[in-house]
Amino acid sequence: MRPTSEAELAEMIAGADGPLRICGGGTRAVGCPVAGDILETGGLSGISLYEPGALTMVAEAGTPLADVEAALAAEGQRLAFEPGDWRGLLGTEGVPTLGGVVAANVSGSRRVVAGAARDFMLGVRFVDGIGQIVKNGGRVMKNVTGYDLVKLLSGSWGTLGVISEVSFKVMPVPEMETTLVCDGLDAKSGVRSLCAALGTPFEVTGAAHLDAGAAGGTSRTLVRIEGLAASVSYRAERLQSGVLAGFEAREGAASAALWRELRDVTPFAGREGAVWRVSVKPSDGPVLTAGLAERGVTHTAIYDWGGGLVWLLMPEAGDSGAGDAGAGALRQQVAALGGHATLFRGSQDLRRTVPVFEPQPAPLAALQAGLRAKFDPRGILNPGLMG
Amino acid sequence: MQMPDPRPERLARKSALVRQLQQCLPQGAVISDPAELRAYECDALAAYRCAPMLAVLPSSTAEVSDVLRICHEMSVPVVPRGAGTSLAGGALPSADSVILGVARMNAVLDTDYENRFVRVQTGRTNLSVTGAVEENGFFYAPDPSSQLACAIAGNIAMNSGGAHCLKYGVTTNNLLGVTLVLMDGRVVEIGGAHMDAAGLDLLGVICGSEGQLGVVTEATLRILPKPEGARPVLMAFDSNEVAGACVSDIIRAGILPVAIEFMDRPCIRACEAFAHAGYPDCEALLIVEVEGSDAEIDDQLARIMAIARKHDPLELREAQDADEAGRIWLGRKSAFGAMGQINDYMCLDGTIPVTALPLVLRRIGELSRDYGLDVANVFHAGDGNMHPLILFNANKPGDLELCERFGADILKLCVEVGGCLTGEHGVGIEKRDLMGHQYAPADLEAQMAVKDVFDPGWLLNPAKVFPLEVSEARRAVDVAAE
Repeated sequence: MRPTSEAELAEMIAGADGPLRICGGGTRAVGCPVAGDILETGGLSGISLYEPGALTMVAEAGTPLADVEAALAAEGQRLAFEPGDWRGLLGTEGVPTLGGVVAANVSGSRRVVAGAARDFMLGVRFVDGIGQIVKNGGRVMKNVTGYDLVKLLSGSWGTLGVISEVSFKVMPVPEMETTLVCDGLDAKSGVRSLCAALGTPFEVTGAAHLDAGAAGGTSRTLVRIEGLAASVSYRAERLQSGVLAGFEAREGAASAALWRELRDVTPFAGREGAVWRVSVKPSDGPVLTAGLAERGVTHTAIYDWGGGLVWLLMPEAGDSGAGDAGAGALRQQVAALGGHATLFRGSQDLRRTVPVFEPQPAPLAALQAGLRAKFDPRGILNPGLMG
Repeated sequence: MQMPDPRPERLARKSALVRQLQQCLPQGAVISDPAELRAYECDALAAYRCAPMLAVLPSSTAEVSDVLRICHEMSVPVVPRGAGTSLAGGALPSADSVILGVARMNAVLDTDYENRFVRVQTGRTNLSVTGAVEENGFFYAPDPSSQLACAIAGNIAMNSGGAHCLKYGVTTNNLLGVTLVLMDGRVVEIGGAHMDAAGLDLLGVICGSEGQLGVVTEATLRILPKPEGARPVLMAFDSNEVAGACVSDIIRAGILPVAIEFMDRPCIRACEAFAHAGYPDCEALLIVEVEGSDAEIDDQLARIMAIARKHDPLELREAQDADEAGRIWLGRKSAFGAMGQINDYMCLDGTIPVTALPLVLRRIGELSRDYGLDVANVFHAGDGNMHPLILFNANKPGDLELCERFGADILKLCVEVGGCLTGEHGVGIEKRDLMGHQYAPADLEAQMAVKDVFDPGWLLNPAKVFPLEVSEARRAVDVAAE
């Protein structure tokens, strides 16, 4: 199924007599594999409104992300939440779409200060599980009129409704960017540097540490600053003469390339193993991996968001050959620290047996199941994808 | 504005309810004396008043849970209350309801500078969250005008904004986790010190749900390092259109000030008469503030002033020192007080696309003449969040109703040009009956379905947000009577 209008999308869902597998461009194959007829949103495409002076854009869900980014770039603007392209990481093909970015709440390194995709969404139109068209929010920067279903739909992976249109806030591209780089730090001191930098008034917009195994042999710690040229130089200098002593500056394109790799999780692309995406509080990032090491769980780690987002490459065979990609050890650690772990990449078999998303405590699981039952009473929208 | 009639069967449960609540709460935490209850009869939307059946002031999440469980069992509605500063009637009780005030819960539970968060009980005031961390160079960003008095609980319920959210976002962008007590007394933890709570974004829908989904007793808030400095510049223009175009050009130029405030002539005159801030007498004033080190501020302001000069300003005044900065903000910050001295006023907060600013201001002027009521405009221009202040005389019969009709026309206009009814105050009872102008029945149904899941008996703040006739069937159920 490939509707070309919102009305047609609504008819198709209303008329569906079985489960539907919702696809934007099909590049974000995450979650428990869903059996069902494929419903593609690529036919709902186009930017319907772009007001650079109001920092807002409205576009249909199937609009290729590249089209959105090109239109913004032409006006010196961009998506500040830095959505990644996961085709390399997940080994998928196709065209990443705007709707997919929203449905998966795809947020890159700048999330640590600027917010996630969900923080930039101003309005949404979607079709629920019985084919009703619903709108929420609008296209203005501040809006508390009724409940915020825009956030609820963001990151719902198509399980509450099929997004047909979104409006969102865009931001100016800064005049300059610089990354301060230091090689050879261990994870603990690297993340300590990141936290220290994020605690200064110098407006760090990216803070990451890559293990030796993810950075080509030598570990690497990165801190990004963006803004007006004079300001960036000033802040870089203050950081280098303070909490980031010994860090070296990379400017412009060289800086941008470092963050593109992080955004797309390139260091784990094409490498064998399962990939986990873990969210903990920043200083717990290295605590988590130290705990894994103590238990003898093999892993390579990338720490983003100042240490709070940990990408882990682990053997699918897992802990003592349990075949669970280390889920047991990892989730125990995460539960003790507070946070959540998503089995981001793994074979279909693995994703059928290991819960892909962090299992929720019973009352929260009941609330989520209750919401799904309201928005999709027949249970046909990506059923089971989120567990 | 209508409120549903109190139900006699609920009023009849009062003494049993008092007994049960007293068993769970410390002495003095259950208020049933009519004279004392008057303190809870309204919030900052003082035109509407109704004393609740009871008020309770729990001191812990466990006590909140007991209160909600008991009220749930007896099918008595509960109206959560932060500090009672809502401009939309969010904490207005009905005569058969229990006010649940969180004012006694104001502790700081955890402060973590390395991970940049603070965890507080939600009765704590907004400004005192910053107060708890500023010695270490941090602050809590959302800054509603009432920040000295308003509680974090209310900020979360209404998803409050403030003058500086152009750069820092509103409450929802600064909230990492909550402890939420559901109407049946169950306590759930959502999110925490890490980013992005697991599963569906419940945190996102709870923030801004006006106390209708649960009672938030504790919150983990993001704190930010304080900028090295800040400096405002004042710009005077001879038309709203030109001031509006200047705002748009600043944003287009890729410079993002931390605040852009806009005042029109009636507002400028009232503020000047009240606060003597030394504002020029002109059609439109902008206050633009930027942050950073001195050199960074110089650079940004030079660029901003260059843009402003292209719009032939009547005056450009850059603060030379802290004293002058204070005076630039003085008039703006006293706008509400200044209006209050002239007359009674109603303050709206419809939000519009920035590009529609000149049109909307012109139409508001025309409506003002039609209704014969004065209106002053002061607002956050960077994000289109209007704050028309309509002046009326509460002692003159019919004036309040006239003012409300005028206000409704302004809000409908906001929706017409692509905006919304409320940008930061919330719907409450004030805009409840206008919801149909912004949302179709299916849109409202989807929102009410969320409440059905969290609060199936519709006992939490039930007569708010949704037009009464739309929510009537849901509110009619009385589980205890069945």
